[in-house]
Amino acid sequence: MSKNWPLWEIFVRSKNGLEHRHFGSLHAADAEMALANARDVYTRRMEGVSIWVVESKHITASNPENNGELFEPAQDKIYRHPTFYELPDDVKHM
Amino acid sequence: MEKDVKNPRSERSRSLEEIFEARIARDEKIEPKDWMPEKYRKTHIRQMSQHAHSEIIGMLPEGNWITRAPSLRRKAALLAKVQDEAGHGLYLYSACETLGISRDELYEQLHSGKAKYSSIFNYPTVTWADMGAIGWLVDGAAIINQVPLCNTSFGPYARAMVRVCKEESFHQRQGYEIMLKLCNGTPEQKEMAQDALNRWWWPSLMMLGPTDDKSVHTEQSMKWKLKRKTNDELRQQFIDQTVPQADILGLTIPDPDLKRNEETGHYDFGEIDWEEFWQVVKGHGPCNKKRMKARVDAWENGAWVRDAAMAYAEKQEKKNLKKAI
Ligand SMILES: [Fe+2]
Ligand SMILES: [Fe+2]
Ligand SMILES: [Fe+2]
Repeated sequence: MSKNWPLWEIFVRSKNGLEHRHFGSLHAADAEMALANARDVYTRRMEGVSIWVVESKHITASNPENNGELFEPAQDKIYRHPTFYELPDDVKHM
Repeated sequence: MEKDVKNPRSERSRSLEEIFEARIARDEKIEPKDWMPEKYRKTHIRQMSQHAHSEIIGMLPEGNWITRAPSLRRKAALLAKVQDEAGHGLYLYSACETLGISRDELYEQLHSGKAKYSSIFNYPTVTWADMGAIGWLVDGAAIINQVPLCNTSFGPYARAMVRVCKEESFHQRQGYEIMLKLCNGTPEQKEMAQDALNRWWWPSLMMLGPTDDKSVHTEQSMKWKLKRKTNDELRQQFIDQTVPQADILGLTIPDPDLKRNEETGHYDFGEIDWEEFWQVVKGHGPCNKKRMKARVDAWENGAWVRDAAMAYAEKQEKKNLKKAI
C-alpha cells in the first residue's frame, strides 16, 4: 500500500523587506522536494526571492468556533487607540 | 598600488562587501539569510538587543504606578501601555534572534550587565505626574528615534519598528492627556506636573544620545540606515516640537537658556550635563541597581513556572504518543 506524500505549507517572500506570506500548499515527500516543488508551483514568474516550507501538521490553527473568546475582548479596549485621548487641536506633532 | 600583493580571499570579501553596501545604498533590504559583513551582524545584535532590553526594563518605572492610578480610565490606559512595551521587547528580541543569537544569551547579557538599556529608565517615578511626563517626553523622544528606523536596512528590524511605531502613537497622547488634566486642575496638581517636567526634561534630551562630536558610530550607522539623522538633529527636532506643547500646558521648561532663534527658526537651548549621563550609563544612576534586581528577580522567581509549563507539555506529548500507538 502506498503512503501519501505529506502536505506542506508554502511561504514566499516576494521581495526583501517584506515578510514571507502564505502562498498555498502542496504535497512532497520531504522538505527538499517541497522547496523544489514550491519553486515550480508558486514562483514561476519571479513572485519571490525566498521560500519557507513547513509541514502542515506542524501548524496549529485557532478554531473559528473560539473566535468570540479569542478576539472579542479587544473590541471594548478602545483606550489602546490614539483617538481615545482628547487633546486640544493646537497640539501639534502628536 | 601595482605592488600590492593580491590576496584572493580578501579581494573576494571586499567585493562582497562592496556589493552589500551598494544594495543598502539602493534602499534594498537585507534579510537574515543574506550574506552580511560580521560587523553588520554584530552591530545589529547590539543595537536591537539594547532596544529590546530598554522596552523590557522600561516597563518597571511605569509599572510602579499601575495599582495606584487615580481612576479606572487611567489604570486601563497605563496597563495597556505597559503591556505594549512588553510586546515591543518581544518583537525586537525575536528580530534579533534571526541573526543567530539565542534568547537565553540575550537575557544573560542583560542580567549580567554586559548589555545596556536606555539609561532614562534608571530614574525614579515618584509621583503620578511622572506617568504623564514619561508618556509625553520619554515616549515622545523614543518616537523621534524610532520612526526613521521603520526604513532601516535590516528587514526584520524595519518590520518590527513599523508595528512598534503604530502602537506607540497612543502612548504619547495618554501621557500628554495626564499632563493636561493636572495642569487644568488644582494649583497643587499643576505644581506636580511642573515638578515632573523639571525632573524628566534633561534626561529626555540625553535619551537622543551623545552629541555628534562624541558619537563614534554615526557615520557607519548612517550608511546602514540605522540612523537617518544625527543625534543633535534629532534632539533639535524633539525640542522644537515639544516646547510649543509645554506652552499649551502652561508649564515652564527648566532651561533658562531656552529661546527661539528667529534666524534659524529653531530653539537654542542650554548646556546638557553629560557628566550625569555618563554616570548613569556606568551604573551610578538613582535606580540602576533597583531595576536590575527587579528584572533578575522576576526572571529567577518565574523559573518554576517555565519549568512547569515545559513538564506539562512533555507529559501531553507522551500521552498523545501513547494514544497514537
Ligand atoms: Fe515601546
Ligand atoms: Fe521604544
Ligand atoms: Fe511606548
